[in-house]
Amino acid sequence: MSLQVPIAAYLILAAVLFSTGVAAFLIKRNLITIFMSIELMLNAVNLTFVAFAHMWHQVSGQIFVFFVMVVAAAEAAVGLAIIIAIFRTRQTLNVDQIDLMKS
Amino acid sequence: MSPNVLALLPEIILTLAGVFIMLAEPCLKAGSSRKPLGWLAIAGTVGSIVASWYQIQFGTLHAFSGTIQVDAFSVLFHFVIASVVLVTLLGSLDYFEGNASHTGEYFALSLFGAVGMMLMTCSVELLMVFVGLEISSISTYIMCGFRKGHATGSESSIKYFLLGSFATAFFLYGVALAFGATGSTNIYAIAHGLETTTTPALAFTALALILIGLGFKVSAAPFHVWTPDVYQGAPAPVVGLMSTAPKAAAFAVLLRITFTGFPTYQHRWAILLWVLAALSMTIGNLGALMQRDVKRMLAYSSIAHAGYIMVAFTAFPFDGIAAACFYTATYAAMNVGAFAVITQIAGYDERARSIDDFTGLGQKRPYLAALLSFFLLSLIGIPFTGGFFGKFYVFSAAIHGGNVWLAVIGLLNSGVACFYYLRLLAAVYTRPGSESTRLNQLRRISVPAAIGLALAAVATGVMGILPNGAVSFAEYASHSTLIEQGRQECAASPDSCHLQLDFDVK
Repeated sequence: MSLQVPIAAYLILAAVLFSTGVAAFLIKRNLITIFMSIELMLNAVNLTFVAFAHMWHQVSGQIFVFFVMVVAAAEAAVGLAIIIAIFRTRQTLNVDQIDLMKS
Repeated sequence: MSPNVLALLPEIILTLAGVFIMLAEPCLKAGSSRKPLGWLAIAGTVGSIVASWYQIQFGTLHAFSGTIQVDAFSVLFHFVIASVVLVTLLGSLDYFEGNASHTGEYFALSLFGAVGMMLMTCSVELLMVFVGLEISSISTYIMCGFRKGHATGSESSIKYFLLGSFATAFFLYGVALAFGATGSTNIYAIAHGLETTTTPALAFTALALILIGLGFKVSAAPFHVWTPDVYQGAPAPVVGLMSTAPKAAAFAVLLRITFTGFPTYQHRWAILLWVLAALSMTIGNLGALMQRDVKRMLAYSSIAHAGYIMVAFTAFPFDGIAAACFYTATYAAMNVGAFAVITQIAGYDERARSIDDFTGLGQKRPYLAALLSFFLLSLIGIPFTGGFFGKFYVFSAAIHGGNVWLAVIGLLNSGVACFYYLRLLAAVYTRPGSESTRLNQLRRISVPAAIGLALAAVATGVMGILPNGAVSFAEYASHSTLIEQGRQECAASPDSCHLQLDFDVK
């Protein structure tokens, strides 16, 4: 009998990672860090997909992960471009100082 | 043509037009007019409307191994999305002319965005919905910041981007948990799997996370915080597009997921949507009362309208889907119309921002002022406009479904909404003081922009005066999704077949 990590362990790890991402998104003040916390959330989702794919003996869950990775890459390209545009006009990456529209 | 090509014909036409524009853009000289590319985009949009019309005759069409389902429901939303993009493109042909470089990209991005939104409405596979959601979102993130060098534009863009990605992660986590609970991400397979699932708590958590994700996309309270800032900073035509088309697509997905994917949990999600609807209507309307910036005010108004559409979710399936479809169509017509007028008045450099800047518009530009008043009256819900009939339909569906209190909250909110729309109207028809010189620089409105405005006004008017055609189409759309749901249930478990669904088609 081989020693196996139970499926619940992966799911709990993924949930913790996802919550860490949410917390970092809400707490951190630097745009790049906030963006990284979104990536963390997406990777937690990937882990969940792979764990469930193993549980259901379905390869489709693993294929979803590729889609998520591709989309995350596209999002990163656009997101970093927008962050550069912000830095050019405002010379800051602190979200507290990006508040031109509070009326 | 193969059924696969036929099912995605509107999307294929738009993609080809968009790719061609992207290829042609660098070939044009740096200072030359980009209008030909704009006209090409308009031609592509008209082509996709025709292609959607062509799809009606096929009834329900499955393609790409069951991931795509073309039915009256998806055709209706294709119409709404393509028409919104058409009106926006007509209004923004001259908007960027002479002000920004590489405007071909703007036309291509609006087409790509439309492709993503259309994919969302016609896919019954949550992974495909996710891909469509991202195609549409990424395009709109860029379009928000299209006025390069404007600090508010990039600020609007980054806020939309961060909150949008945050919401997408929630949606995706919900999809992953739904996959865990049922072993599939196909909406029909999820519905079937939910009846036998051993982990109902997991399935309900999945639905809640999906609701959070889509709640952000339709800017329902309490997930609305990004909306005012993003709408205020983005260019007016882009706001017209993104306050209507992506919301219509997100509502289509929400309707499919709730009524088709999770019908077994209706008693639970109906309560969640009840709360979301009540909060969105109240927070949206009260928030709009305090705004002086017109785009910011309309942002809060769009939160309130998302709430009105959510009222329809608490009704019976047939009424609810039909009412939500109809309201989405009217809301799209009147809101994109209102923003098309604002685009013409404010212009690229945002001459008119606050309500006071609109003072005296009625004297200087009587036609534009009349159109703006018509759209605002429709947003209020005055009889003989689309907005009135949409509200009437949604609230009567809710009362029919036993949610009298929600309808009461909605009607009270409609009363509150009068104040802020009428405040703008009052400014428009006040005599200009000496200080309001901003409107003097108003350019003549171009022919394409006039056509776009006329289209939006006619659509709003027809849905108010002669709503029968639109209502029967909405009912047909509702019928088509529910019939297909019954058919799939039959195929899954022939013993408990109840294809004679318990609703009557009027």
